Formats: sequence, structure tokens, C-alpha cells
Amino acid sequence: MANDRRKFILTMARSVGLTALGGLVWSAYVDEVTANKLILRPPGALKEEDFLKTCIKCGMCVEACPYDTLVLAKPGDNKPLGTPYFTPREVPCYMCTDIPCVPVCPTGALDEQSVTTNGELDINIAQMGTAMVDTKNCIAFWGIQCDACYRACPLLDKALYLEYDKNDRTGKHAFLKPIVNSDFCTGCGLCERACVTKKSAIFVLPREIALGAVDDHYIKGWDKADEKRLKNATAEITHTKMNEKSAMDNLNSFNLEDF
Amino acid sequence: MKSFWKHYRFLILRRLSQITLMLLYFGGNIWGWKMLQGNLSSSSVLGVIPLSDPFATLQMFAAGAAISMNLIIGAVIITLFYMIVGGRVFCSWVCPVNMITDASNFLRRKLGFNQIQKRQPATRSLRYWVIGLSLVLSYVLGVTAFEFVSPISITHRSIIFGVGFGWAAMLVIFLFDLFILKNGWCGHLCPLGGYYSLIGQKSLIRVDHDHEKCTACMKCKEVCPENQVLFMIDKSSEQVLSGECTNCGRCVEVCDDDALNFSIRKLKKEKNNEINK
Repeated sequence: MANDRRKFILTMARSVGLTALGGLVWSAYVDEVTANKLILRPPGALKEEDFLKTCIKCGMCVEACPYDTLVLAKPGDNKPLGTPYFTPREVPCYMCTDIPCVPVCPTGALDEQSVTTNGELDINIAQMGTAMVDTKNCIAFWGIQCDACYRACPLLDKALYLEYDKNDRTGKHAFLKPIVNSDFCTGCGLCERACVTKKSAIFVLPREIALGAVDDHYIKGWDKADEKRLKNATAEITHTKMNEKSAMDNLNSFNLEDF
Repeated sequence: MKSFWKHYRFLILRRLSQITLMLLYFGGNIWGWKMLQGNLSSSSVLGVIPLSDPFATLQMFAAGAAISMNLIIGAVIITLFYMIVGGRVFCSWVCPVNMITDASNFLRRKLGFNQIQKRQPATRSLRYWVIGLSLVLSYVLGVTAFEFVSPISITHRSIIFGVGFGWAAMLVIFLFDLFILKNGWCGHLCPLGGYYSLIGQKSLIRVDHDHEKCTACMKCKEVCPENQVLFMIDKSSEQVLSGECTNCGRCVEVCDDDALNFSIRKLKKEKNNEINK
């Protein structure tokens, strides 16, 4: 009887131990593979964190894509396994107006609402990422005329425009510098694909990685829409106590050794 | 020829079923066939009927994802189907990993590994622990934990969408089953198989054992991937009611005495009652 109990306890302990062992290895692995945030998702994808929960890895978006832009992450791709992504330098997103990849998603990991305006699918508001320019290696910034990316942009002059500047080096030429406006850039990557340099000097990054974020208390006073944020703002006034010593004392008590 | 068919009919039909399904999915991706699109995690039949892996859905639920209606309908269809025909029919008639582990098992028998390693160092109920672990980890990590490691998904995605290093995962399963643990993956660890075992507890299609005809040759027990379900062999006439039976039919076809056959759960009970009266 006592022996039975002992055996039972040992068996249970073994199962719990094995489970703990497996659980630790397993969670370490999953945590590592899902940590890769440098990945471009199909249009309409939820925030990466929610996307990883919701995507069931069925590949229907991949099948729907007429350009074979989208692929599922295979073992060896070093991306969250089985999830869809694209590599613009290889095949960019051609921004189909009927967005075939989104409505087929069975789980809503690709959210139709996020690419819909006035009840109609609208690829132009997709936010797959945003393009960035490496101004050191963009030959347009050297003064060589190249507007390959600008011409490739499906939202030409909105998402990507040319800034004209005087070229002081020659004194008679102009710079035609490509500038990305991330308010409009969908991250389709046609620019990255079109770039003539060996390694593309304009490239798409996920928005969370590429873009900064400004604290709430900075308000564009010249922008009426932004100014409205002040309407219901509550003020928090902080006071810093004045130093009671005179400035002279402060200098005299200065300790050189502090340097 | 006739005896060949008799001895391998379910095996041939199963391979046909597994390969046809994979081919339909493959065609869905490569040639745009509408019959079956997606993969075993979630698919759509003729672009209308949704089918979804209920275990993946459960993990999504644990991870805290918003579950779409489409997904729920798909998971319910699959659940109902396997509740009726036998949960682990998925394992032996659909799942591509079955072909890998069957190959290991075949080699084990042919090369005599089973003779040098008689005792199995692990319990088959491990898979139920893995189910629990899948759900706990999904909750803790906020992602579908098993779906990120599942060799089943890796295998069918490899077939449908391209292999990458997926062959390595398949090889791991093959070697594990061949050298470490008999029926290691499908019979001990796989939580999806465990999940379908639970679903199929009350399924209708069951193998029936006739003790009168049995000559105790034990061919069935040797070939069965879940041989604990055949505890009644040479003991009593009853149906194989365990949900862990995969309905693969290997026992039925290797039996030379016609002591094992497919039957329907309920009919059998009624017959028994009549006899008892």
C-alpha cells in the first residue's frame, strides 16, 4: 500500500518534471521565434502582437496573392514560423485595388475594416510599413539624377515626393531628393524594388520600428486639428524650489575635486 | 492479387486519402484549384465551407485572440465530423506525418528494433499533458504555442507552400520514432492526436473483435500503432471503444481469421441486448 503511494507520487513527480522541462524549452523557443519584429505583413494585418495570436497560418492570403508577393515563413527563414510576410526587394506588393489577400483571411488576422473607406476596399490606406531613405547611399542625394523610386511609387507625390535643392558643389545643378511621407506611404515596397543601387538605398520597415513617437504635450499650434487637442486638456503645474543660497555661495562652495 | 488487396486495402485507401488531400491543397496553392484551399490549419471547400483546426482555435482562445465567426463555424464542422467518424481518423487518414511515423514503425518491425527495446520508457498519456501545456503556454506567451512548433503544420505547409528546412523537422520525427520511442510522436506526444482522442470518445465507427474467431496470433497487436486499445484480443468479444484507436484498419487487414472488422457502435449494443433477452 505504502509502496503504491510512493510509486504514484514518483510517477506524478516525473510527469510534472517532464512537463516543466518541456514547457521551459518550448516557451524559450517560441519566445525567440516570435521576437522577430523585422517582418512585413500583408495589408490589413493586425498589430504584430495580435497578429501572432490570431493568424492560424493557413496560407490563404498567400494563395490569393496574384503576384506571389506573400509567402509563408518556412523553417530556415528565421521568421515566426508559418506566418505570411513579403520581401519587397524580391517581390513588392503591387497594391491590387480589390486586395484579394484580405477578405479570404478566416480569422480576421487581416482586418478588412482597416483597409476599407466608405464601405469599399481601399488599398491606399494600408499600413504594411513605411519606406526610409538612406541619404548617404542614395545617388540622388549625391547629385546624380535618379528618380527610379519616385516613378515607381503608386502614390506618387503623396507618399514619395522630390525635394529640389541647389547643388552647391557644381553651382549649376539641382538635387532631386526623394522624401517619404509616412502619412501616406503604405509600405508596398515598389520603391525598394525599383532602387538602382546594389543594395536598395530606399527600403521598407515595419512602422513600429521605423517611426518615432512624440509626447502628448507637444502640440502643433499652427495646425488647427492638432490645436483642438488642447480643448479638454488639463494642466499640471509643477514648481521647482529656488535654491536658497546665493549664486556667489554656490560658486565658492564649488569643489574642484568633483571634476 | 486478391489477397494483396485484402491485406493492404485500408493502408492503400489511407495513403490515397492522405495523398489526394495534400494534392488538392497543393493544387489550391499552385494551380488555383477551388476544391480545397488553405491547409490543415484552416481551409475553405469550394471557397464556401470553412474548415478549421479546433485545437488551433482553442489555443487562439487561450492566447486571448478575437475569434472570428468563420473560424468557429469551421472548427465546429471539423469537431462534429470527427466526433462521428472517430476522432483519430484525422491521424491515420488525413495527417501527412502519419506516413513518416508509419515508415519508422515499418522499419522498426523489419529491422527488429522492437526486439532489442521491449520496454517503452514513456507513458502514452504524455500527450494529454502536452495539450495542457499547449494551452497554458498559449495563455502565458500570448501566441498559439503549439502552432509555432507543430511538426504537423510544418509538414503540410512544406508540402503545400515549399519546404525550406522543413525536411529537418520531418527527419527529427522519423529518427525519434525509429531510434528513441516506438510510436513516439503520434502515440505519445502529439497533442493534436490527443485532442482528437478526446473528441472521438463516443464516435460511431469502431473496430469490433470477435473472440470466437481469434487464434491469438497477435499480428494485430504487433502492427497496431496504439496497441493498448486492443487489450481485449484473445480475451473477450467486444468493440475497440478507446478514443485513442485511430481507425487505421491495420488490425482488420492483417487478421487472417476475420476476427476483427469495422462496425458501428450503436448497432452492436442493440444486438447484444437482443442476445441477452
